[in-house]
Amino acid sequence: MEQMEQPAAHDQSRIQPRTNHKLVKPHIMEEWVGKVFTTLCIIVLVVTIAAIVYFVSSHGLATFITDGVSLGGLLSGLKWDPEGEIPLYGALPFIFGSFSTSLLAAIIAAPLGCCAAVFMTQIMPGLGKRVLQPVIELLAGIPSVVFGFVGLSIVVPFLRSVFPGQGIGIAAGAIVLSFMILPTITTIATDALSNLQRGLKEGSFALGATRWQTIYRLVIPTTLPSLLTGVVLGMSRAFGEALAVQMVIGNAPHIPHSLFESASTLTSVITLDMGNTVTGSTHNNALWSLALILLAMTFVFVFIVRFLERRNNR
Amino acid sequence: MKKALFIVVALMLTIGLAACGSNKENNGGNANSGTANTGNANAGGEALSGSILAAGSTALQPLVDQVSKKFMEDSKYSGITVQVQGGGSGTGLTQVQAGQAGIGNSDIFAEEKFTDADADKAKELVDHQVAVVAMAAVVNKSVTVDNLTKQQLVDIFTGKVTNWKEVGGEDEKITLINRPSSSGTRKTFEKFALGTASQDIAGSIQEDASGTVKKYVTDTPGAIGYLALSYLDDTVKTVKYEGVEPKEENIVSGAYPVWAYEHMYTKGEPDAVTKAFLDYMLSDDVQNSDVTELGYIPVGKMQVKRDAAGAITK
Repeated sequence: MEQMEQPAAHDQSRIQPRTNHKLVKPHIMEEWVGKVFTTLCIIVLVVTIAAIVYFVSSHGLATFITDGVSLGGLLSGLKWDPEGEIPLYGALPFIFGSFSTSLLAAIIAAPLGCCAAVFMTQIMPGLGKRVLQPVIELLAGIPSVVFGFVGLSIVVPFLRSVFPGQGIGIAAGAIVLSFMILPTITTIATDALSNLQRGLKEGSFALGATRWQTIYRLVIPTTLPSLLTGVVLGMSRAFGEALAVQMVIGNAPHIPHSLFESASTLTSVITLDMGNTVTGSTHNNALWSLALILLAMTFVFVFIVRFLERRNNR
Repeated sequence: MKKALFIVVALMLTIGLAACGSNKENNGGNANSGTANTGNANAGGEALSGSILAAGSTALQPLVDQVSKKFMEDSKYSGITVQVQGGGSGTGLTQVQAGQAGIGNSDIFAEEKFTDADADKAKELVDHQVAVVAMAAVVNKSVTVDNLTKQQLVDIFTGKVTNWKEVGGEDEKITLINRPSSSGTRKTFEKFALGTASQDIAGSIQEDASGTVKKYVTDTPGAIGYLALSYLDDTVKTVKYEGVEPKEENIVSGAYPVWAYEHMYTKGEPDAVTKAFLDYMLSDDVQNSDVTELGYIPVGKMQVKRDAAGAITK
């Protein structure tokens, strides 16, 4: 809000010296239109978010309230068989799958992204800014189905030929995801590194530190909270990604014994089953409960990012 | 710079809102147009006008898509627009039940989806069977087996047999490629080929898109899955069932049992506009060209009939 008002205040000071009653009126009008429009946008935004939270929780909680599935059973159950004689709703394999794929993806992508950012801002800004950055940003624009198909055609056959198993699984999912979250991590890390106070680096050079010493003793520790923010945001993107992972992970509802065995994530089971179930049935509600877990995790990720940002500002 | 960004955001919001609004209008229009047009047709001689939304089964979607285009090009029906959406059988049935879509496409009988507390909901729907789709077990080309008995299939899909040598093939591990447990295709395959539910075995692969299933069967050595006949080509090997080849003459005579109707459900008897489209769908012209062209079997050719419980009559 504060930012929105600034240009208006600036305009006022420009017009004021030539004050003339006819000029004031359109200006007030403009101010008013701007205020109403921004307020409307905010209301729409707030209502949308509230509606989403309400919708997901009303469906997701119905599983426990009206269908009598226990929350503990859903969170810790190992067997997912909603269409069986005795329906079982154990979502632990999916929770495990989601966490392991996104963590692994972050472990692969974080060093890549942060190093690319260091290269682009500290080592070769010219080449980095002109060539590397646009290339990495290009990755963000590729639709996830393309990533999924590339994973299916290149990553899976490669893993199959090198490692035991069918190639599908958490490893394949994590590799595909790591490329999808690379732009997020790189962009945020680049911003953080280029916003570093000039004096700090110059002070370091003045003390006789080499460029590399400056980078790993000063630049990286100072910007670490921001770098971690990027990693957490990337992870939250990985956590919510559905299509590409679904295509390469195999989707068997079990906790796998190796990285190269079929596994499932929360998102993949939702996308696979949602269209086939009837709204209001227990199976459908259970899928909404999984969506609720995803939503709750998004909140957690947002809190972590906020926390890191606060530490950064201190 | 800020102003430009603001304008872009404002534009996006406006467009987004406008799109939402018009969508709602469309849906409302669909529900209303039915009743309005019945009167129109009774007045006699006047051309029908209105719009139909057909949503649901992705297995039926290509056929409905193609026929709807032909239908709208026909000068007799120029006043009618047909919109086709996928989303899965469950979505189709839910939407037609709730009055959100005029036609609900489904691979399975509504009685099979609306169970327990929802059983009454199925009675309100009127079934229009427009085509028959048959499924066949398919294996990777490396597999030498070309015929499987019912018992062998059951053993494979419940995890009792895990190597091809146990069913007369070479020493090779079997990889199962299944559909998610809620899928209509999987239900049909379980009901008519296996006669029992299959298991979600650890290490198996689950995919819902037929294209992805085919890619996995093509690429994975020792893989077995099942596909609708319309998806078969020479990249995969089709297996005989109890010595019977999945061919049109065997299916229409009832010798090959793994097939299902494609249903287009309406809530109550269809109104004039929807009826015109359904009649067009069932006309000889469409049944003998588009239906067979896309790999389905015309429903009129079937020499056997089947009800929701699976009982067969000649």
